[in-house]
Amino acid sequence: MPQATADLFSSPCLQFKGSMVPLTTLELLYFDQDKLSRDLAEKVKQAPKLFANLPLILSLEKLSGERDALDLALIRQICTAQGTQLVGIRTKAAEDIELAEQAGLAILQPGKARSESVTEALQDNQEPSTDPNSETGAAVDQAPVEAPPTVIHATNRIVKTPIRSGQQIYAKGGDLIVMAPVSAGAEILADGNIHVYAPLRGRALAGVQGDTQANIFCQSLEAELVSIAGQYKISEDLQGGLWKKAARIALVEDRLTVSNLV
Amino acid sequence: MSKIIVITSGKGGVGKTTTSASIASGLAKRGYKTAVIDFDVGLRNLDLIMNCERRVVYDFVNVINGEATLNQALIKDKYTDCLHILPASQTRDKDALTKEGVGKVLDELSETFDFIVCDSPAGIEHGALMSLYFADEAIVVTNPEVSSVRDSDRILGILQSKSKRAETGDEPVKEHLLLSRYNPIRVQNGEMLSVEDVKDILAVPLLGVIPESQSVLTASNQGVPVIHQEESDAGQAYSDAVARLLGEDLEHRFLEIQKKGFFHRMFGGKA
Repeated sequence: MPQATADLFSSPCLQFKGSMVPLTTLELLYFDQDKLSRDLAEKVKQAPKLFANLPLILSLEKLSGERDALDLALIRQICTAQGTQLVGIRTKAAEDIELAEQAGLAILQPGKARSESVTEALQDNQEPSTDPNSETGAAVDQAPVEAPPTVIHATNRIVKTPIRSGQQIYAKGGDLIVMAPVSAGAEILADGNIHVYAPLRGRALAGVQGDTQANIFCQSLEAELVSIAGQYKISEDLQGGLWKKAARIALVEDRLTVSNLV
Repeated sequence: MSKIIVITSGKGGVGKTTTSASIASGLAKRGYKTAVIDFDVGLRNLDLIMNCERRVVYDFVNVINGEATLNQALIKDKYTDCLHILPASQTRDKDALTKEGVGKVLDELSETFDFIVCDSPAGIEHGALMSLYFADEAIVVTNPEVSSVRDSDRILGILQSKSKRAETGDEPVKEHLLLSRYNPIRVQNGEMLSVEDVKDILAVPLLGVIPESQSVLTASNQGVPVIHQEESDAGQAYSDAVARLLGEDLEHRFLEIQKKGFFHRMFGGKA
């Protein structure tokens, strides 16, 4: 075997990397096979492209009503029938974990509550479709609310040291506040807003999960790239005007706009 | 307990080995027991700069593998009593450096030495990571040009994320910036970044500015660390850097264009 090939085969053929991948969570509020089929089909019809092959995580944290009838394999079939992919389940309950293992689904730790708006939206949607099963409907209203913690921790992230070339910082589920320079070749991301109280020379991406209301604020705009909810500008397009000045970047009528930070 | 200082840069050819040799010699000249380790396994250079290549019997990798004791591998410096050199292996590659092995050698050196200077290889791969992993302080050698500055920025990020201090949540590695090959005339002509430009981008305290000088090349080729050439501007700049490393507050020199004859008037008497 030639030396180069031998070297290649002596090293491992795989490596693991931690990554944060956005996943859509399907929060099941109550389980009814036919209703789930119908409601899911309805949702998919509204945005077929969005749902095509979409990986889904099933959350049972808000599930109320009969749990005995819960059939994960069946739910998986229903999801597959609508062109989505159920890949895992998010739960704490031991019996659910057992079910998930039987159905061959991945098990994720329950997330911190930041899905209020989604829940509200789902509940809004429910109202028009008058459910024949009034018992279940009532159960949804009385869904047990977890006791609110005394201290509410925002999911914002504050970084006080310089962010260097090659580093990547992601503020998941909140704002990112940086109190030191962000170097060229560094990348900062946030689900919410980004504030940089120093020169911003790297790449800054706010609203990475699609929040079009997110803003980027910086003391000196020297960025390689700025992006809000997927709309971006590169440094060439940022020259002139507020280059190297304090600036705010926001989406105004769906256009990325740089304005004075006053 | 000794202090471990890594000399690093990311980019190659900026003067890491020259700096390692001079900083280590400077510390030893002031009476501190100092060891300097060549981490550039496979591309051994420090022994040439220190003019001890003919005395290399055992090397760093031999010590890690238990094939030689530390005392067998350490080479006493020709010019300074308190300085010892641990050469790299020329026949092995950087994978021979293991975290446990390097840690053990550094622990053993810590028992006798005040300072351990680690000469990092270029790049951000295994060899460079091993050289910076145990560091208490880091001297980042940078040339006043954009690619060198970018690479230094990258290595600063690695220092603060992949070093032992970063992993254990200890006090972070203390950073120093050493700007080498600085030429005020070329800065004025816009061919080089200025000290202020580099400080602004890297946001690291400045340890010293080494002027571009013929004496550096001469010193390398003769195998005498440039800090021993007390009449040369580069040698004086390294002496100043060593003083600052030890906590002295000195004004930076050699930042402005000097008129011909200036050095003779100011410092010529010492030569």
